Amino acid sequence: MTGLPAEPSAKRLGLVIDLDICVGCHACAVNCKEWNTGGVAAPLTDLAPYGADPDGVWFNRVHTYEVGEGATGRTVHFPRSCLHCAQPACVTVCPTGASFKRDEDGIVLVDEDLCIGCKLCSWACPYGAREFDEDAGVMKKCTLCIDRIYNETFDPEDRVPACVATCPASARHFGDLGDPDSAVSRLVAEREGFDLMAEMGYAPTNKYLPPRPRRQGAGCTGAPARLAPAAAATPGGLLGWLDRLLSQ
Amino acid sequence: MYPSLSVIFFTTASGAGYGLLALLGILAPFGVLPADPLFGLVALALALGAITAGLLSSLFHLGQRQRAWRAFSQWRSSWLSREGVAAVATYLPAALFGIGWVFLGTVSKAAGLLAALGAVATVFCTSMIYRSLKPVPRWHNRWVVPNYLALALMSGTLWLVLVLQIFGARPLPAATVPAVIVLAAVLKLAYWRFVDAAPATSTAGSATGLGSMGTVRLFEAPHTSENYLLKEMGFSIARKHAARLRRIAMVLGFGLPFLLSFVPFVAPGGPAVAAAFVAAVLGTVGVFIERWLFFAEARHAVTLYYGASAV
Repeated sequence: MTGLPAEPSAKRLGLVIDLDICVGCHACAVNCKEWNTGGVAAPLTDLAPYGADPDGVWFNRVHTYEVGEGATGRTVHFPRSCLHCAQPACVTVCPTGASFKRDEDGIVLVDEDLCIGCKLCSWACPYGAREFDEDAGVMKKCTLCIDRIYNETFDPEDRVPACVATCPASARHFGDLGDPDSAVSRLVAEREGFDLMAEMGYAPTNKYLPPRPRRQGAGCTGAPARLAPAAAATPGGLLGWLDRLLSQ
Repeated sequence: MYPSLSVIFFTTASGAGYGLLALLGILAPFGVLPADPLFGLVALALALGAITAGLLSSLFHLGQRQRAWRAFSQWRSSWLSREGVAAVATYLPAALFGIGWVFLGTVSKAAGLLAALGAVATVFCTSMIYRSLKPVPRWHNRWVVPNYLALALMSGTLWLVLVLQIFGARPLPAATVPAVIVLAAVLKLAYWRFVDAAPATSTAGSATGLGSMGTVRLFEAPHTSENYLLKEMGFSIARKHAARLRRIAMVLGFGLPFLLSFVPFVAPGGPAVAAAFVAAVLGTVGVFIERWLFFAEARHAVTLYYGASAV
């Protein structure tokens, strides 16, 4: 059913993305593509992958923005993927029931066997989370790596989405944002994590952490800013005698 | 938004068809239209033909057409599903209405009004598909539903006038046709006026959440060539012609049919039939151009991630 769960689930799995740490290496996007082109939504079709205008389905895209002007301007790398919203219009507009939000953990998925490829869900998503697979004729989207996070054949530390597992800078965190005591919820509270386009009213589950304020001057380490010349010490003993002798 | 021809043809053709069907269902039982079975056959065939052609065209928009029947299942939440249910449900009273009129010689009031209700409901559902999409502010506003309904009424009226003229029947009461055209034109102008002046709903700053740090500009896109999002939601080709196309739609779709609607009063007979034909075709072409603009001029919030500053 494309109706939303009557009661929002207690468990709300999602991602927290730290824009202060992301270095824009695209490893998360590449590993997402790599994992999911063999996962439940496989294949993530590529059209003309070696041509002049390659095109294909990706669940994760990394944008880079310039923010602010002049000396205070900065570069922010910005990974964008499905936010697994609490009020996902992509689900309610679906005419066939292919799109759904899971009761148990809030993950938004597409049942590709029911999808008719009408594309309306992609129109309803302000975040560009859904991409149409022209080859398969159906809509595809981030599954939050549902085939990893519950995969008991994996070691517990590997039961995280592919994008999180691969991030070399640890800019991506996975967890239960419905639990106020989870590590991700504490991180969001501590760093004042925010929603993207909150004005749309979709109540995204995923949160973004803002870049930390940048220091404009040198930090204070307690050491003197300039070194004073060392006091001219006069050695004694044999070295002192040699010093006096050679100084004559 | 990408102006998909299958969807534009669908909303134009089925809009005209449902407009005509609603008028037949309401006017025929009250004796405003000829009771002649042949008139009923031609007028209903035109209405249901346009509706059916439009609905079939909409299937070409789908990636998996053979599963289209599944779209009837989610009417509790989806306007697209409701549109499908209403469209198919309307065939039943329309068929009964037609059988009664054409074969049994009885113009049923109940079937006619039910068919008209179904026609209005279907066009309403179509318009609500767009009206409900928050990421497209030019669709998510109060002018969209009245526009769809008025344009369906106008194009249906123009086709009804043509059939009346062909049969040499008593025309609709004077001033009805020009009044309908003026109503549709005023609503269309009000829609354009509204969307041109509406403040931005979202900005690159709110899309990225970085607005408090200063203006947000795209420095590097995630990919080197266009992807689905840019082709479908980032369509902006020929937007520079929008102002001219608006004027063309206004003249062809509303201005000329308005003037032509007075021909029967000055030159009945042959010229009136010709004028009605030209008015119906021009009105439909005007609605088609207007519908193309409705898509091509609409900006989607996802473009904020790709360099747009506000939608």
